[in-house]
Amino acid sequence: MAFFLETLIGGLMAGMLYALVALGFVLIYKASGVFNFAQGAMVLFAALAMARFSAWVPELTGLDHFLLNNFIAFALAAALMCVVAWAIEQWVLRHLVNQEGATLLMATLGIAYFLEGLGQSLFGNDVYKIDVGMPKDPVFVLDSVFPGGLLVNKEDVISALIAAALVVILSLFFQKTGTGRALRAVADDHQAAQSIGIPLNRIWVIVWCIAGFVALVAGVIWGSKLGVQFSLATIAMRALPVVILGGLTSVPGAIIGGLIIGVGEKLSEVYLGPFIGGGIEIWFAYVLALVFLLFRPQGLFGEKIIDRV
Amino acid sequence: MSDRGTSGKKIGDVILDVQNISLRFGGVKALTDISFDVREHEVRAIIGPNGAGKSSMLNCINGVYTPSEGSITFRGQQFDHMNSRQVAEMGVARTFQNLALFKGMSVLDNLMTGRNLKIKSNLLLQALRWGPAEREEIQQREFVERIIDFLEIQAHRKTPVGQLPYGLQKRVDLGRALAMEPQVLLLDEPMAGMNVEEKQDMCRFILDVNDEFGTTIVLIEHDMGVVMDISDRVVVLDYGKKIGDGPPHEVRNNPEVISAYLGASH
Repeated sequence: MAFFLETLIGGLMAGMLYALVALGFVLIYKASGVFNFAQGAMVLFAALAMARFSAWVPELTGLDHFLLNNFIAFALAAALMCVVAWAIEQWVLRHLVNQEGATLLMATLGIAYFLEGLGQSLFGNDVYKIDVGMPKDPVFVLDSVFPGGLLVNKEDVISALIAAALVVILSLFFQKTGTGRALRAVADDHQAAQSIGIPLNRIWVIVWCIAGFVALVAGVIWGSKLGVQFSLATIAMRALPVVILGGLTSVPGAIIGGLIIGVGEKLSEVYLGPFIGGGIEIWFAYVLALVFLLFRPQGLFGEKIIDRV
Repeated sequence: MSDRGTSGKKIGDVILDVQNISLRFGGVKALTDISFDVREHEVRAIIGPNGAGKSSMLNCINGVYTPSEGSITFRGQQFDHMNSRQVAEMGVARTFQNLALFKGMSVLDNLMTGRNLKIKSNLLLQALRWGPAEREEIQQREFVERIIDFLEIQAHRKTPVGQLPYGLQKRVDLGRALAMEPQVLLLDEPMAGMNVEEKQDMCRFILDVNDEFGTTIVLIEHDMGVVMDISDRVVVLDYGKKIGDGPPHEVRNNPEVISAYLGASH
């Protein structure tokens, strides 16, 4: 029982991180109808920026305050992501208003490779570490209930809490503010949104900034766990099944989808692995996503699209 | 069927003046040298057979299309081309022929988006629902509730627009435009695809808007009967050219209009 719970918790924590990346997809899709292939590259770019800035800031300022240095580096990285957002709007999106979804998708694919390249030329292609002071030591909890207690990673718990907080804030923002409403309107129909005077360009900058910020948080968490390296960009591919599962337009869907896939991966690896061979973790999410595509293409929480014929 | 010029309504000065507008898509001439004006507080109709260029004309005024030649003067300011957002800021709202509502959002939210330009408080205040932002949201909501009452869609307030029947969606489309408190309202075939009863309702709303708020209305319509009943002056287009302009009774008797548009059916 304790082992099952440990696996479950491990899965939930991993799922929360998937959810964070998936959230980036959902945000941009909701607000601009663009499936942003560059989300993974943005995570990598943001993590690289954070890693380098946190090394450069103490060198330049001579400050010897760990938290303050990290905070400055984080703020700089966030600002950089906003610059990226602005540049993407200025040089790519603005010129593709009212284009087909496939055109926009290809554009984001281009952005993805460009960002990966730019990240490497700006920050180098070594493997970096991000150290924001996350506690690395595992703790044992509930040892009164289970013999020996449950092994839980403190870092995972903190990451999950941060992710959860971010999700709550974003959901409220989308549902409860005028700007959130304008964002949803733009997502629904560009032309109509323009006709009622919603500034498309500004909305896009805002939403790409938010997605950049989410990418930064995801990048920092993943980076401090696994180190910042090129493969970080591919975690976006791991988040694809999550958005299919949760629905492209649903913020809660991204979370639940992430959790299901995180847990599913771990449990199937541990409990099915011995029977059908290891490596389930690698393909489990995709097969699950396929099943969803067949039976519930709009995902768990996505909007079902019914067209008048 | 008298035209409404005699109803005692006060028609003001020219508010929108379209001068020599031509619009080409590659080799296709959608509009050729069109000029007409719209006076304040009037109901101005643009009619014509299919493909006459009515919607193109509206899209030029609204800034969706950029005319190849000509200019548009709005409140004394001359433009070579309009920009959708700018137009909205200047107080021109529009509805769409093929509905362009935010289908996933509720009726209320759709109308609230129309208040977007009126919301002044910044993003941070909105997010925190801080004093002035909260008050502002409440004011906007009150305004939108008045429109909901006016259009008699109280029962559908929270329904996602995509689930409403077509006639009601058209009404929400009108409501969203009204939420902008426009001075000029551009209506692109507001009665297309409606049954008689829905058409009557829509006519009533349009006339009420015109009477009560003094909103200037530019309206494209297919249904001749409807147009003749509710408009003060009518522009007739055919194959992208203007073939008639004047009060309904005049246009009705214009031989060119009869042959081009009404044809044998008249």
